[in-house]
Amino acid sequence: MGDPLIELRDVQRRYTLGDVEVRALDGVSLDIASGEFVAIMGASGSGKSTMMNLIGCLDRPTGGTYRLNGSDVAGFSRADLAHLRNKTLGFVFQNFNLLARTSAVENVELPLLYAGVKSKERRARAMEALARVGLADRFEHESTQLSGGQQQRVAIARALVNRPAVLLADEPTGALDSKTSVEVMKLLEELGSSGITVILVTHAADVAAHARRVIVMRDGKVITDGPAEKVVKS
Amino acid sequence: MNVFETTSIALRALKRNTLRSLLTAIGIIIGVAAVIATVAIGEGARSQVEETFAAMGTNLLIIMPGSNSSGGARGGFGSQPTLTWDDLKAIQTEVPTVAQAAPALRTNAQLQSDDQNWATSVQGTTPDFLAIRRWKVSRGVPMSDSDVDSGAKIVLLGQTASDKLFGANSDPVGQVIRIKNVPFQVVGVLERKGQSPMGQDYDDTALVPVSTFKARLSPSLGNYIAGTIMVSIRNSADVSKGQDQLTALLRDRHRIGGNGEDDFSIRNLAEVASAQQQGADTLSALLVSIAAVSLLVGGIGIMNIMLVSVTERTREIGVRMAVGATPNQILAQFLTESLTLSLIGGLLGIGLGLLAAQLTSAQFGWPLKVRPEAMIIATGFSAAVGIGFGLYPALKASRMDPIVALRFD
Repeated sequence: MGDPLIELRDVQRRYTLGDVEVRALDGVSLDIASGEFVAIMGASGSGKSTMMNLIGCLDRPTGGTYRLNGSDVAGFSRADLAHLRNKTLGFVFQNFNLLARTSAVENVELPLLYAGVKSKERRARAMEALARVGLADRFEHESTQLSGGQQQRVAIARALVNRPAVLLADEPTGALDSKTSVEVMKLLEELGSSGITVILVTHAADVAAHARRVIVMRDGKVITDGPAEKVVKS
Repeated sequence: MNVFETTSIALRALKRNTLRSLLTAIGIIIGVAAVIATVAIGEGARSQVEETFAAMGTNLLIIMPGSNSSGGARGGFGSQPTLTWDDLKAIQTEVPTVAQAAPALRTNAQLQSDDQNWATSVQGTTPDFLAIRRWKVSRGVPMSDSDVDSGAKIVLLGQTASDKLFGANSDPVGQVIRIKNVPFQVVGVLERKGQSPMGQDYDDTALVPVSTFKARLSPSLGNYIAGTIMVSIRNSADVSKGQDQLTALLRDRHRIGGNGEDDFSIRNLAEVASAQQQGADTLSALLVSIAAVSLLVGGIGIMNIMLVSVTERTREIGVRMAVGATPNQILAQFLTESLTLSLIGGLLGIGLGLLAAQLTSAQFGWPLKVRPEAMIIATGFSAAVGIGFGLYPALKASRMDPIVALRFD
């Protein structure tokens, strides 16, 4: 096995809120290899969202190093980070974050638009991604005309359309009922077994149980890291 | 992402709030409309003034005799005849820029037809006068050189004088009228010329040969011309040069040396025209400053609405950044939006301005003159307003932290 896809070394992320210094991440080191299906668990305030923002290149560490695909993001400009997010990362959010009054297929096309893909190819690839999440027939629907589960599947299609190395899902089932939650998790599992690296951030143990590896965080530190069966039971 | 894609995103964003976009653009619409209407109306007024002065004669200089000074009281110009018939001859032959020169002797007299009479200004002159004033006859024939040579008792009537003596639409050619009891045959009627800028009716006049005028209508002053000399200059570019040459010639002929005061004066009608034009220009300047204020207010309106829009769409900005939009792409998106907004305002303003200009020129009977430069400048201005006032909101959007933007409610 060569370099890990994601490599965190003693990563720090500190904020100052007024006079108080908050250590959102306090010396985290871990590796995630290509193709892994990982869940990051923890209560709110444990640092798991900060971790997701860092891994997703929405944020940069204040200390330590983060290497994605072998390159240290510390020296990257905001535009470099944007390119990285566009090409290497896909995001799925708890509240879907689809653009309002915009059709499903146009939402899925968005990353391709910023990648400079021509409109014909853009449409074809977006339709392909929608087909992959089972929504090819709903491509013209706007988000208000779609159910929560369908909206999340459109969001997953958007995250996949640029064929990223890593799919980051932040509480992807947080706004869904249990039946659609199962559908969405099944979809993520399928993607995980198809070779794409899936990183799931959640506070719910039953959601984390879908992953193969679970990392538990508390107070900005990793406290447990191991196979799902072992960690979730304990 | 190319220009078309960015523009189509901008248009869709503006269409989502059609009414708001339109209200925002109103400042620009009014500003640009004011500029377009001002320029068009100003041009119309200018060509109106030019037409009026063209009616008086092109490249026209009027030489008036000078003042006399007796006992320290200085009379005005024309109070003393100082121009001689030899001066006139010299002007005609010695000044290269002069095309024609004609004497204009003037007296007020009662004109009598068979059953009417009318007091008007009778002018004694030569055929050159008609050429200088660009005046043609609408009926009959103009005055000829032989009429002047022979001292013929013929008269050309202005349209107003003709109407008063013979009634409108009648043909007086061949009729005889009496001027100061001397019978004159009407040989022609001058075409209608309208009013001077001061409201004087050019058509209320009668022209007779200068020789007849001197012999029959007014006491002769011997060598001196009891009136003015009208001069036309060959090229309009040479009018002030011609004025200088005439001044030099007359000063020389009248033996005025060094600092001596001219005993004549030369009126340049182009100067009168420019004074008239100044009034119109002042009005234009006023309207343009109103337009500038309106564009400024319009720009602030755009800035305001773009700031609102950026705040409203914070989460959209976050999503776009998360999927890979660079800060520059976000900047371009919002700049294009404000630019599109102001350009649409500018185009609507041009339409409105043209309409206003059309209505105004129809009202005043001016020709409608629209300069394409004005439209290009107006469009450029609205684009500059869009970019200038859209820059801050767009920068604000592009500098957002994607994490904060994504969490925004």
